[in-house]
Amino acid sequence: MARTRKSKPSLVKNIKKIINLDNPDSYISEPDPSKHELALKAENVSVFYDENEAIKSVNLAFERFKITTLIGASGSGKSTFIRSLNRMNDGIARVSGKIMYRGLDLNSPDVDVYEVRRHIGMVFQMPNPFAKSIYNNITFALTQRGKYSKEQLDEIVESSLKQAALWDQVKDDLNKSALELSGGQAQRLVIARALALKPDILLMDEPTSALDPKSIMQIEETMMELKKKYTIIIVTHNLQQAARIGDYTAFFHLGKVIEYDLTRKIFTRPKVKLTDDYVSGNFG
Amino acid sequence: MSRIFDIEMEDLDDQFRSMGKMVARTIDKSVVGFMAHDTKTAEEIIDRDHEINEREAAIEKKTFEMIALYQPVTTDLREVVTILKAVSVLERMGDYARDIAYSTIRIHHRENGDRRMPEIERKISEMGLMATRTFDEILDAYVSDSIDDAQKVADHSEEVSRLSATIRKDILTSMKGDVDTIDAGADYLVVVGYLKRTADHATDIAEWLVYKRSGKIVELNPGSSSFI
Repeated sequence: MARTRKSKPSLVKNIKKIINLDNPDSYISEPDPSKHELALKAENVSVFYDENEAIKSVNLAFERFKITTLIGASGSGKSTFIRSLNRMNDGIARVSGKIMYRGLDLNSPDVDVYEVRRHIGMVFQMPNPFAKSIYNNITFALTQRGKYSKEQLDEIVESSLKQAALWDQVKDDLNKSALELSGGQAQRLVIARALALKPDILLMDEPTSALDPKSIMQIEETMMELKKKYTIIIVTHNLQQAARIGDYTAFFHLGKVIEYDLTRKIFTRPKVKLTDDYVSGNFG
Repeated sequence: MSRIFDIEMEDLDDQFRSMGKMVARTIDKSVVGFMAHDTKTAEEIIDRDHEINEREAAIEKKTFEMIALYQPVTTDLREVVTILKAVSVLERMGDYARDIAYSTIRIHHRENGDRRMPEIERKISEMGLMATRTFDEILDAYVSDSIDDAQKVADHSEEVSRLSATIRKDILTSMKGDVDTIDAGADYLVVVGYLKRTADHATDIAEWLVYKRSGKIVELNPGSSSFI
């Protein structure tokens, strides 16, 4: 370093400045809408369980075709927040603020929640296939809401299972009960089920925390493939997973977003000490 | 609550500081030996160079293990990386001490090895003291984790550089004036070069200390050249 000669002498004078970084309480570096297409934007979103404010005026913009990971300790509000994004908190909690999607506020009472969930799918922690055949798991929601020919359904089943990287394993057993699948397979079936509705955005709430390492790796690979066509927002307790797959990471603490930035920044040089401590597992 | 990582990190720090002291002693001995024309000390330094190399290997191995086992991020990662980078610098400094020892022996065995330049040797001795002091300072800065100390190291390293330029001029003047001093002069130049680089490397470590604290890769002595 001392021997490379193309350098800016000003660096020397700025050492103190570099070192004495101000330690902000929070730091939000959102994707710039003028440069990046946004898929979803939460504006001043608060969530109340009765009088208890579990989420406190969160603003987060999600870039399209990227994976955004939400991290934070249990009870920090990240699951509550992600459930607000497709109205899963309806009837459970009161959500205020706006959830902007294609110029529409999804949190508005006159928006059809089923339509919201068709555009914004959700995958939960425990794989929860229906007690139906693999085939019917995928077609169930479609046939409830519309009319499809057998050929159309076949096509959707195949393409959804292929995108979820499950097709090759189950293509000869589509009539088998989904309950016979392994945990990792079942979770990929649930992903396929969500994809069958042709959503824009996939929300995932700890989708791999009940899975073994090999299944985790397969789901992560699937996600990397899926982000070419979908925007993914994922809650995870697995920090290495957030670091591996995330493009952006938001750190939640006590119902607020403490820091939001590119994942590689969060895991190399976060601006807020609280974030640094959390990602380093430093709770002393 | 102390993390297992912190305990391991403390151990790694200890190993690094202990290796640092070992290298500091070796550099000091090599300079004193050079001035005293002490070939016995010089041989001892050459014989024991492998010990420094082994320390380096052990520390490297430990850093790899820590990265694999603890997957450190942010500050933790930078601490480990700083040691990994700084330890190769320490090893290199050990090599310079060894090379100075070789020069000591070479000058001694040369037929006209007694054609020395006492005035130059006195200046080299002074420079040697400065370089070893700079090195001690960087070890202190490492322990104190103080950026002021790191900056001081960079400043002192600059002074060593300036002195080396003066001595170089003096050596060349002598060599031009008296061809019998050319052999010794060539070795003096080499030794001055090693000492200068020792101080430069102290700055390198100082830069890693800045990195450890800030995550920024900086240059503390921009424009400095490795040429003596």
